[in-house]
Amino acid sequence: MTAISDREQLSYIAAQAADARVNVEIETEGMTLNIGPQHPATHGTLRIVAKLDGEQVIAADPIMGYMHRGYEKLAEVRTYPQVTTLINRIDWVGSFANEVPFILAAEKLMDVEAPPRAAWIRTILFEMSRIANISLFLGDMGLQVGAVTPAFFAFRDREHVLNQIEAATGGRFHPNFDRIGGIKDDLPAGWIAETKRAMKKIRSFCDEIEGLLQGNEIFEARCRGIGVIPADVGLSYGLSGANIRASGVDWDTRRDNPCGLVHNELDWKVWTHPDGDSFARFWVRLQEVRESTRMVDQLCDGLPSGPVMAKVPRIIKVPAGEAYVETENPLGVMGYYVVSKGDLTPYRVKIRSASFNNISITPWLLKGVYVPDIVTILGSLYFILGDIDR
Amino acid sequence: MTDVAILGELAYWQQTGIRVGAGLAAVLLVAGTLVYLHLFKLVSFMQSRLGPMEAGPFGSLQLLAEVGKFLQKEDIFPRKADRFVFAAAPFVVLMSTFLLVVVVPGGPDAWFINSELGIYLAMAVSSVSVIGILMAGWGSASKYSLLGGLRATGQLIAYELPLILAVMGVVIQAETMNMQGIVQAQADGEIFGWGGIGNPYILTQFVAFVIFMIAMQAELTQTPFDMPIAESELVTGYMTEYSGMRFLLFFIGEFATAGVFSAIASVLFLGGWWAPIPGLEFDDNVWNLLGPIVMVTKVVVLTFIIFWARFSLPRFREDQLQQLAWKVLIPLSLANIVVTAVLKIVF
Amino acid sequence: MSRLSSTDTPVEEEAEVVESDEAREALLAKIQTELGDAVVGSHLSPGDDLWVRVDRSAWAAAGAYLKTGLGFEYFNFLSAIDWKPSPFGRDMDAQVDLSLGHDEASEIDMAIEQGVAGGDTRFQVFARVNDIVNGLGVTLKADVPDDDLSIDSWVTVYAGANWHERECFEMYGISFEGHPGLRHIYLPAGFEGNPLRKDYPLLARRLKPWPGIVDVEQMPGDDDPADAAETTEAAE
Repeated sequence: MTAISDREQLSYIAAQAADARVNVEIETEGMTLNIGPQHPATHGTLRIVAKLDGEQVIAADPIMGYMHRGYEKLAEVRTYPQVTTLINRIDWVGSFANEVPFILAAEKLMDVEAPPRAAWIRTILFEMSRIANISLFLGDMGLQVGAVTPAFFAFRDREHVLNQIEAATGGRFHPNFDRIGGIKDDLPAGWIAETKRAMKKIRSFCDEIEGLLQGNEIFEARCRGIGVIPADVGLSYGLSGANIRASGVDWDTRRDNPCGLVHNELDWKVWTHPDGDSFARFWVRLQEVRESTRMVDQLCDGLPSGPVMAKVPRIIKVPAGEAYVETENPLGVMGYYVVSKGDLTPYRVKIRSASFNNISITPWLLKGVYVPDIVTILGSLYFILGDIDR
Repeated sequence: MTDVAILGELAYWQQTGIRVGAGLAAVLLVAGTLVYLHLFKLVSFMQSRLGPMEAGPFGSLQLLAEVGKFLQKEDIFPRKADRFVFAAAPFVVLMSTFLLVVVVPGGPDAWFINSELGIYLAMAVSSVSVIGILMAGWGSASKYSLLGGLRATGQLIAYELPLILAVMGVVIQAETMNMQGIVQAQADGEIFGWGGIGNPYILTQFVAFVIFMIAMQAELTQTPFDMPIAESELVTGYMTEYSGMRFLLFFIGEFATAGVFSAIASVLFLGGWWAPIPGLEFDDNVWNLLGPIVMVTKVVVLTFIIFWARFSLPRFREDQLQQLAWKVLIPLSLANIVVTAVLKIVF
Repeated sequence: MSRLSSTDTPVEEEAEVVESDEAREALLAKIQTELGDAVVGSHLSPGDDLWVRVDRSAWAAAGAYLKTGLGFEYFNFLSAIDWKPSPFGRDMDAQVDLSLGHDEASEIDMAIEQGVAGGDTRFQVFARVNDIVNGLGVTLKADVPDDDLSIDSWVTVYAGANWHERECFEMYGISFEGHPGLRHIYLPAGFEGNPLRKDYPLLARRLKPWPGIVDVEQMPGDDDPADAAETTEAAE
């Protein structure tokens, strides 16, 4: 955790300034580089139109919408239980976590509370979807800066978590397991012991990634000092999750505003990093995966007994009202602003997805970096296209 | 001297034919072996997977299947491509590989050319591939390709220097630029008066060896120096627009060049066809047969290092790469030359 | 009791409720003092959330005051809502669903009924900002009259509002004065219409009615159909 001022990479910033001066003197014709919609670094169909001077980015304009599915409109014509099938597909690598805030918002409007066991199982699956999501990031970050092998390790070890999610919910990627008033089923027999084994494997995967990437000089050289986000800028752009915590902002909805989930009964820590650069974002996420495995262990140990479903009517009509519930999803804060008029369907659902805000900083952040740094920065901001386009 | 005797009895065209055949075998067979051993199997094991298993025993015929696939594919030209330049580029790259292989000796008499300036020639023709890469980058009429081509040029020029300076240490110690002479100098050499295993220059020229390997990695545009290809940034750089047959040529060129450069490194630092085993005395004819096998073994070991680094390290940014070349490797290799020269005079 | 016990949860939550409630009341008072008459409505859900409806002219001022004056530095989201019910019916219930061009449209109750914190117009812009130090969030609302669908931009206050305003512009046709580049964000530049307005038809649903509420999943414990029916009745 070196301070920004200590870093060798300050010389890089100075070099950039020098380059800028030279470029003013020797006018060269710029080039517009179209990164995407089909590009390996954009994990899907994000398109970035970058104006380049040599390899330096003068201006970058992200263009999205290639995957816009209109979930806010579609949610207006589906009953509350049906909406979860849609929102499962928002962040498709950590699907279960998408359902939670919506169900919590509906429960809030209905004034229903899930039984303790359901809340605990919800939290277990919530954290497991975080592990499934961020472990993919840890491998992918290596891939972005050119190391191929970590990605394979990530896919290998993520499998253990996905198997457990599948065993519990029946769905590997899109569990659709959360219900208003609880969860669909109780956990299968033997699941807890197997989950703890999976968590052990994930912890050793974290150690492996730490050895493979974090300690690597080339990785540090590529990530340290690249894409520095000061805390105030990050806040005004609405960055969340590890992106804002890596800028030194100690804010985690799980701890500060736990509605419906049981994180406050666990012994865990919110990790922050003072640097705000790509390396800090990687580092915070790595620690978060570790913390999540510990949380899942504790949750498995302290799982209360009892029913997993509260008494709710068969046909769910949500009383009129407005509620906003946000949770700390793998990609950052995800919230649903649900407006109900007492019907079977929500009147309006505003989906506040994390990646949309996280990526909105890119035009500011990409100014003046080199082409390879675009990839590092996009990789370290970590977005899922479905979470941007919704 | 049977080998020479046989060659001597043959007509010039027959000798040439044998040499061309041997050259093709040296390039293509070695490249195929490397692709199978390293790209298919070694890397798969590193990444917790099996690699190809279906075609032939343990997937050993996978490469043939791949070649068949590439040959069947359409040869696509981008509409705005500079057609002649675009089409010629892969051949230029592959040609530099063949030019390199001619200086590598496989035994006391098993050589293609035995030039007094062998290593000098090798260093000179090794940079021909840059022209091919630049042609590919320019001819593709794609911005990604152009960026890749320009990156390759900057990088290869920067790494030619440490490569040549590293070789200089060896040349000073061996007192010859002839590749055979360098092998012989290592076989007959002594390390500060002890000649038990000769003097493989990896021991006395270790700094030069490390520099040579790093510069070679950059010269081959393998990770961590693969910015010209950089699949996560530039898609695949100068190869982006290539398909089918021409892509296959680049692909073969990549692995064949890795093999040939490793062969040169093994001649310079590991003793080439000669094996550093105490008391090993063979007839020249036995060496002519054993030599290629010894060479291939050394090549496999050296390429193992190349691919080990390639699949475990992240990629540098070009400015960091240039810094490494100009601020670290070149001063270090210059110092190595000075130290070698001083020691050469003192001892 | 260990920390892992779930029994002491309610106590902790209640303690939080009382504390944050006072905080929200104080917050509302501060906003009312600063903005004066511009605060035209508010709603406080104790221990939970706060809604403040401000006049359109005070929209930018309210944002600036929240950010600089009250420490609400975190921009959460900005969007809008169309309170005029869809002319195509509720869309959900296959039995009463309407098809394209159906003249039952006239039977639909088109009365506009605004939600929390009231309202006077069909369209409302709402935004949420957070004070991450004290863990408070405020939802601001502003009415936008039909004849002049425009409101001040927040981009100069909260940089992150940029894309949200573009989305809002695209989906509702509300323009933001002072926005540096108000253009489509998701849809192609030539797209006509504002999809999230209630009168924009969801064509897929119009052409092929959804099976609707027929497919209701059996809840655990509701094995007896008679019992389930009872529950439904009780709820209604």
